[in-house]
This record gives sequence, C-alpha cells and structure tokens, in this order.
Amino acid sequence: MTETVLISGKISKTGSWLHHFANPGRFLRLVQPILPWLAAVSIILTVTGIIWGYAFAPADWEQGNAARIMYVHVPAAWVAMAGYAALAVCSFFSIIWRHPLADLAAEEIGPVGAGFTFVCLVSGALWGKPMWGAYWVWDARLTSVLVLFFLYLGHIALIRAFDNPAHGHRAAAILALVGAVNLPIIVFSVQWWNTLHQGNTISFSGNSKIYITMLYPLLIATLGFYMCFITLVCARVCAAIMEKRTGGLLLAAAERQG
Amino acid sequence: MRSRKQKRLFLVLACGICLSAATGLTLAAFSSTLTYFLSPGSVLAKKPAPGLEFRLGGVVQVGTVATTINHGSPTTAFRVTDGTASIPVTYTGVLPDLFREGQGIVAIGAMTTGGTFAADEVLAKHGSTYMPKDVEQALRKAGKWNPKFGPPPAADTWNTMPVKSTNS
Repeated sequence: MTETVLISGKISKTGSWLHHFANPGRFLRLVQPILPWLAAVSIILTVTGIIWGYAFAPADWEQGNAARIMYVHVPAAWVAMAGYAALAVCSFFSIIWRHPLADLAAEEIGPVGAGFTFVCLVSGALWGKPMWGAYWVWDARLTSVLVLFFLYLGHIALIRAFDNPAHGHRAAAILALVGAVNLPIIVFSVQWWNTLHQGNTISFSGNSKIYITMLYPLLIATLGFYMCFITLVCARVCAAIMEKRTGGLLLAAAERQG
Repeated sequence: MRSRKQKRLFLVLACGICLSAATGLTLAAFSSTLTYFLSPGSVLAKKPAPGLEFRLGGVVQVGTVATTINHGSPTTAFRVTDGTASIPVTYTGVLPDLFREGQGIVAIGAMTTGGTFAADEVLAKHGSTYMPKDVEQALRKAGKWNPKFGPPPAADTWNTMPVKSTNS
C-alpha cells in the first residue's frame, strides 16, 4: 500500500485534509525547490550568530571567555529538545492516522536530533571542565539530557530493526511517545532539584538574565541551529522518498522483464 | 460506532495520561535522592554520620576563607552557607578558578567527628546571569550590587545600562 502511494504520489482514498498535506509526492514538490534557500539561510544565520558570539560579543563578568561556549551549547540543547518534540508529534500522527510522511519524518529526525544532542553534551563537557572543575557530574539536568541521547539512539536502532518497515515504524513510534515524558523533566530539572547545572537564564515570561549584547548573537545562533535542523530533516526526507520511488521503479522494471 | 482511528487516539491519550501520572509520582517519591547536593540547613537537620560521603552545596560565606600551606599544598578553610545555617569546610588542593567569597559551590566529602566537612573535591556552581564586566563594575559603583552578597538585581535595571566598550 505504502509503496504504491509513494510511486503514484497520490492517495486513492483521500480521507481528510491531513492526508492531503501529508502526501510524500506533494511534500517533495513543495520542499525540493526551496531546499537550497533553506540551506543558505541556515548557513548564514549560524555563521553570523557564532562569529558574532565568539568575536564581537563581550566576555562574561564571571566566566570570562569560557561563557562563549553558550553560543553553541544552548542552541544545540534547544534544538535537541525541539527535535524530540517533533519526533513525538510525528510518532503520534504515525500511530493514529498511519501517515506515510510522518513515518518517513520520524525515521529521518532521529539521526539529526541525536547529532544535536551529542553537540550539546560535548560542548557542555568542555564548558564544565574549566568552570565547574569536572567534565561530567550526575546531576538531574545532565543525566536527563543523556537519557534523551539514549532515547534518540534507541529510536534510530528500533525503527530500522524490522524486516517489515511498518512494524519498525509502529514500535519506534511507541518508544518516541513514551520517551516524550523526559522532555518536561529536562526543562524543569533545574527548578525541581538542586543541580550543579545553572538555572534558566532565558525566560519567556519576565526578565532574561543576560545582557542585550550577548542575547542577540545567542538568538541568531539559535535561529540558525533551528534552520539547520529543519533543512537537514527536509533534505533527508526528500532523499528517502526518492529512494523508495527508485526502489519501486526498479521492482516494477524487474517484474516486467521477469 | 467509533472509527479505528478514534479508538487508537483514545488508547494513546489514555496511555499518555497513565504514563505521565506514573512518572510524576515516581519523581515525587524519589525527589530527595534526585537532588545533587544537600544544603547546610538540611545537613544540620539530617545529621549524616561521620565518614558517610555526600555532596554539600551552598555559598562561600563572606570573610571566612583562610588558606594555609602545609607541606607544599594549600589547605583552605571556609564556611558554606544557605543563608540560614552554615557549615565549616576544609579542602586541601587547588580550588577552581571561579572560587571566591559569595560563590556557589558543591563540595564532595564527609563530615568529621569534629563537625567540619572534609571535602575531597570542590566544584564551582556558576550563576545564571550573563553580563559584560563593565556592566558589573557599573552596578558595583552605583551601589546596586556586590557579587559577594547575593544574586544581581532584576535584569531590567541593568539590561539597558550603557556600556563604554563592548569588546573587553
């Protein structure tokens, strides 16, 4: 069923508006032309944010130049969590409405999200050593982000572990939804428990405890990291759709010959 | 008659509610063990046995830091406070760069029979406030804040403060 849908690019039984927009063929036609633009915007924003943060923003009063690691660490952490939220949403659509596009997206979000989580963990360790005096401590924030990394790895392995892709998609969707309970734990860990990790600096309701000349590069780098994530996932989903189409065409050709 | 999609939706939502409730209750039950460190107040209340290793966290009390050199290695004595209670700490070795009076720290070690905390390791816990050095100096000069005594004032009082040289 899925294969024929992917080859024809049309869903025979159009159930709802959801299926209208979740059609892989339509996604390909919509996204492929704007991919180069997405890539250009993400590179420009990320490079601007990071160069601004590392070369032009002022050093911190307490931590000096070491605080500049935040221009990589904080955006990576935010994107890692947002990526998992996106994975959970895709899994939700996949499990209830059996969307072919949601399955594909879930499969492609995993490795990208794991990559951003890895960047967050490594940059955090490199920040922790000079400031705290330790690369790693088992406090609630660090441990919950490590759990997030393992959830990503588990999802990557599980979704590819079955001969029948539909079984893999369903099992991995359940894992992703169960793991989503970790997201509020990561966010609130620094408020609920004593942690060595600092509390929240940026607040959406009220004052952010960061000077404006350090906030701007941080926000630009964050926007850049988000765009990088979106671009990478879109490119991977496009490639996966093409791969399935190619597989379907090759199969059809082999059947005609045989 | 409900459709299969609706059935799946209700099933997933019900599972989600149960799972969230279970996680919430578990975390509430384990909340004391999920805490990375004990404050001086809770140490005095719980009275951990001498020799039992735990982590003590708080702020280095102003005016209590004294360093002596014994056999070539520095030994620092100071008090850690949470505002209400305070505990004397000794540590032999080189302290992290961020260590200063008024700095939040986490010390790993155990109580001695004499009621002092003998630390094997001291970690610095930096604040969540980011500002250029000039702004900090300006706040100090204006008498609005001294890093030795507590956290900085609300951000709207300094976040628009002009800075002479941003590239310091």
